[in-house]
Amino acid sequence: MVQSAVSLTLKDYKSDVKPTWCPGCGDFGVLNAVYRSLAELKLPLDETAIISGIGCSSRFPHFMSTFGMHSVHGRALPVAQGLKMSRPDLTVVAVGGDGDMFSIGAGHLIHAALRNIDITVVVMDNEIYGLTKGQTSPTSPHGHITKSTPYGLLASQFNPIATALSLNVSFVARGYSAKPKDLAALIQQGIRHKGFSFIQALSPCPTFYNTFNTWDEAVAALPADHDAHDRGKAMTLALETEKQYLGVFFQEERATMDQAVHEVVQQAKDFEIGSYIARFA
Amino acid sequence: MLNEVTIRIGGESGEGTISGGDLLALAAARWGYHVYTFRTFPAEILGGPCMFQVRISSDHPVKSMGDNADVLVCLNKEAYDRSVHELRHGGVLIYDPSDFTPEAGDYITYAIPFNEIARKQVQLFQTKNMVMLGALSGLFGPPLEAIYQVVESKLSKSRKANPILMEKNTLALQIARDYVTQTLTKRDPYQLGVAEKADRVVLNGNQSLVAGALAAQCGFYAGYPITPASDIMESLAKELPQQGGTFLQAEDEIAALAAVVGASFGGVRAMTATSGPGLSLMTELIGYASMAEIPVVIVDAQRAGPSTGMPTKMEQSDLSFALNASHGDTPRMIVAPANVADCYSLMIQAFNMAERYQMPVILLTDQSLTARVESVERSAFRPMAVERRMEYSPNGANGMNGASAKAQNNGHADAAQDAHEYARYAFTATGISAISTPGPGAHPYSATGLEHDEHGHPDYEPEDHMAMMEKRFRKLDIAAEELPRPQRYGDVDATIGIIGWGSTEGAIQEAVDRAREKGYKVASLHPRVLSPLPDRTIRDFIRSVKTVIVPECNYSGQLANLLGAKYGLQAIRVNKFGGIPFTAGEILRAIEEVS
Repeated sequence: MVQSAVSLTLKDYKSDVKPTWCPGCGDFGVLNAVYRSLAELKLPLDETAIISGIGCSSRFPHFMSTFGMHSVHGRALPVAQGLKMSRPDLTVVAVGGDGDMFSIGAGHLIHAALRNIDITVVVMDNEIYGLTKGQTSPTSPHGHITKSTPYGLLASQFNPIATALSLNVSFVARGYSAKPKDLAALIQQGIRHKGFSFIQALSPCPTFYNTFNTWDEAVAALPADHDAHDRGKAMTLALETEKQYLGVFFQEERATMDQAVHEVVQQAKDFEIGSYIARFA
Repeated sequence: MLNEVTIRIGGESGEGTISGGDLLALAAARWGYHVYTFRTFPAEILGGPCMFQVRISSDHPVKSMGDNADVLVCLNKEAYDRSVHELRHGGVLIYDPSDFTPEAGDYITYAIPFNEIARKQVQLFQTKNMVMLGALSGLFGPPLEAIYQVVESKLSKSRKANPILMEKNTLALQIARDYVTQTLTKRDPYQLGVAEKADRVVLNGNQSLVAGALAAQCGFYAGYPITPASDIMESLAKELPQQGGTFLQAEDEIAALAAVVGASFGGVRAMTATSGPGLSLMTELIGYASMAEIPVVIVDAQRAGPSTGMPTKMEQSDLSFALNASHGDTPRMIVAPANVADCYSLMIQAFNMAERYQMPVILLTDQSLTARVESVERSAFRPMAVERRMEYSPNGANGMNGASAKAQNNGHADAAQDAHEYARYAFTATGISAISTPGPGAHPYSATGLEHDEHGHPDYEPEDHMAMMEKRFRKLDIAAEELPRPQRYGDVDATIGIIGWGSTEGAIQEAVDRAREKGYKVASLHPRVLSPLPDRTIRDFIRSVKTVIVPECNYSGQLANLLGAKYGLQAIRVNKFGGIPFTAGEILRAIEEVS
């Protein structure tokens, strides 16, 4: 039986694999937001791919009934870009945690920003390493005591939104797993945006670093008059540490590499070795 | 008169030594001669000693670079100091008396004022390599006409910009040729005869690999620049878009293989090329591609290691690494081309193997083969079958292609139905399970590096892990049966056997020929597929001889170790590890020593 894409509902995006996350994990909210955003966009299961690396949040693709790749630690972005470059017809969403995207795979963020390939990345940021049971992460606050920082974290805290803005990422937003409807709206906008979309999803870890209460108090909608085309203003708001603003910090339409490359790429034709090799005669 | 000559040109990197040599080789090949080149150069862009050697024959194919130089052209004193001991006894030494005066020795000398001709007569010092080519033409026979044509074809763009340059080049060639024919008395026996008409092409190993990748319908390349693999990337950056493919210069080798994995997941035939340091970075993803059963092709252009090693020097020292790269027990396939023609056909075979067995395939070439120019019969570059991965078909027939399966569905996948129906990693007799490629009507699944059940869902049960390991390794057993077997070369009743791999085949076969002429009973075997090894063929070969020699350009004897571990073979190891390939003479000596 063939199911038309039009009739897809939220539950169609759920696989029959039950999430392995701890009770109360913020990632449930993000998962629901992704289900919701894909359903609202009515994206066909067979033309959508969710790409992850390694970590608690990276189990994500297994809980989806779309195509998925649970890849290697830190490498969701290059895997997703390779897929989108060669298959621009697909919707490609990369997901992962703060360790994946800001530590082991942080280098890839720069180049994803420069290429502006039309993929969306949702980073579930819990400011801690969960799967390895509670070590510090790049987004842990300075002084934070963890199993790997028994005397307090001596490094500074990484600022994902300010970094994305400084890299001139073409869509930069922050959401919160405890507000899944708003987060779903941001993810939807990110997927619709043509280019590299970066969404930081605050997603607390109740087991190793419960930030629900802190974030409940810290989050606030971006000022109503915020102009998402003003990167300088967005940066000022991103650098504010007392408040964690939610919404679209910055958005700019510009050429994407996956489209630009296909202007160069000619219609596939049958390669003829005889005429190719003639250049060496 | 001898119809074969090996000419070595030594000079300073950046002053046209290599490009002059390349022009000579190309001109000779276009004239119908058989050619085979070898070169060394420093890792620096300008400066440092470099050397170009070309072996040219007017009447028989040449399989190796030649034991010694018959003719040594020294463009400076350093070239003389470095290479004169490798000049054949009775060979020819060509030098410029304004650079140095050679010591008396067992060689014929021709003093030619390269510098003066270029500077004073042509009045453009950059034409020094043209002066050299004109002199070589006058002395040994490659016609000036052929050199003219090649220079013209190679420099046509800059000629448009600068017509004076081509005039000067032409002048330099002519003056030098006239100089040697009018001033020097020929005292050496090397004179290339008239070659028969032949239909050959002239290219190096990397150019041949690129032709193979295109013929294999490679649709995506991602890579990071590294010597000596960069020119594969540069060529594909230009050629792929013209064949409907896409190209990505990645931020590092990890990203390169990651992008290739992503593209292949999307159903596109995808590859990367690198050298040892890059392969080191790729190892985690090699394990992933093997575990998730995603076809990928990785070219490793080996160079002398370990670490940064000697980036512009040749070594066959990544075999052990390629066999074992990745943690865990990880099936992968390895092929190693032996010559320029092989680079084409094995590249296509590598793609076909990756697709059929859904596994990473590593193609091991090496620095000497990447840059080795050979004249190859054009017929070696014939179209070859392109094999596609087995696409899932919902109606049972696994061999059915994806397009018709999608046509039947004429719409999108039904999630609930698929989750139960489609088993991406289904256990099969061959270990090969039908894959599903994203697109309308396809059956979604998640690929994972976690151990998984037939549906791709994480599963750590002991029975499942054991069954999945067996499934993945079963593909290697099947491949060993299905893949072409290497052909024995030499005597049927040989007492001495030689087993080699990679770029050394020509030198080995030439040594076998020369040993047989001397009355030795010798044969050689040169497997192209090193994982899975053709067990029966190798066992039969080992059994058929009394002694086995394994010559390798590495320190530890990596193939010898493998053959020892797999077949209990106690081979005579002949290892060369200075960064320079074997000559046939060195292997011949090894044969004589064990006899």
